[in-house]
Amino acid sequence: MAASVRARVLIRPKAGILDPQGVAVERALPALGFTGVANVHVGRLVELDVEDPAQLEAMCEKLLANPLIEDYEIVSFERPEAEQVSQVAGPDAPRS
Amino acid sequence: MRFGVVRFPGSCDEVDALGACGRVGEAEILWHGDRDLRGVDAVVIPGGFSYGDYLRVGAIARFSPVMESVTAFAREGGPVLGICNGFQVLCEAGLLPGALLPNVGLRFLCRQLEIEVVDAGTAFTGACAPGDRLSIPAKHQAGRYYAPGEPRVVFRYAHDGNPNGSSNDIAGVANEGGNIVGLMPHPEHAVDPLTSSTDGLRLFESALALARA
Repeated sequence: MAASVRARVLIRPKAGILDPQGVAVERALPALGFTGVANVHVGRLVELDVEDPAQLEAMCEKLLANPLIEDYEIVSFERPEAEQVSQVAGPDAPRS
Repeated sequence: MRFGVVRFPGSCDEVDALGACGRVGEAEILWHGDRDLRGVDAVVIPGGFSYGDYLRVGAIARFSPVMESVTAFAREGGPVLGICNGFQVLCEAGLLPGALLPNVGLRFLCRQLEIEVVDAGTAFTGACAPGDRLSIPAKHQAGRYYAPGEPRVVFRYAHDGNPNGSSNDIAGVANEGGNIVGLMPHPEHAVDPLTSSTDGLRLFESALALARA
């Protein structure tokens, strides 16, 4: 497999659309003694390794998010080297 | 007339939908992995779940082989009815405007309710009159309809009985042409006096009347 980049897509309810999960969490936190909490929103995290990060935007528009109701943010970063080594040695590695 | 009812992995209302269609015409199952619509005159996308509804309700199902054919059929004016998860799939597929969000109360709801016919000019409401009230059940967790702009509203929840927080009490919408209709409540569960109401039959009778016209 060609070198890939790990990306995280953060998906959250679009501003202005009621987010009842966020509201429920925001109300629950003070009940546990955590004060000064505001603007809580609950969304999704999609983590993926991609060979071509340029395709991420199209992936978001077509499948990962619904742009009508959700905003998304793409964060990509290099995978830790140790992890890349361990993947080669994983269950999919060829065995002699 | 012949109806085709799509079966996805996870569909659970397709048998009732077959039964409802069978009361006004012939009906058969269309498999999600099959592109052949077998020459049916109308398609019903039933309720339940599809592909686990992973990611978002209906998000994966819209890419199924059968949906390619349903999309072509609908774009040519063929009558397509989406019920509950079927409504969600049609929205994700872009065949209907808007999207369905989790209920405002975050809970699954299941109750008999009344919806008011707003638009009797669609393929599935021609046998109704505007203002008619239909008693049919609703059961869903993601029925909060949202659409920017002004969609073609076909049904609203009556008696201020909006169960899910949908915008403007919308229970069902159509595309501009009126041949594609989606709604959250389940007309296919209200077709037998044994289960209290037969109002749901009106949608299927409307399709039949259109086919005969």
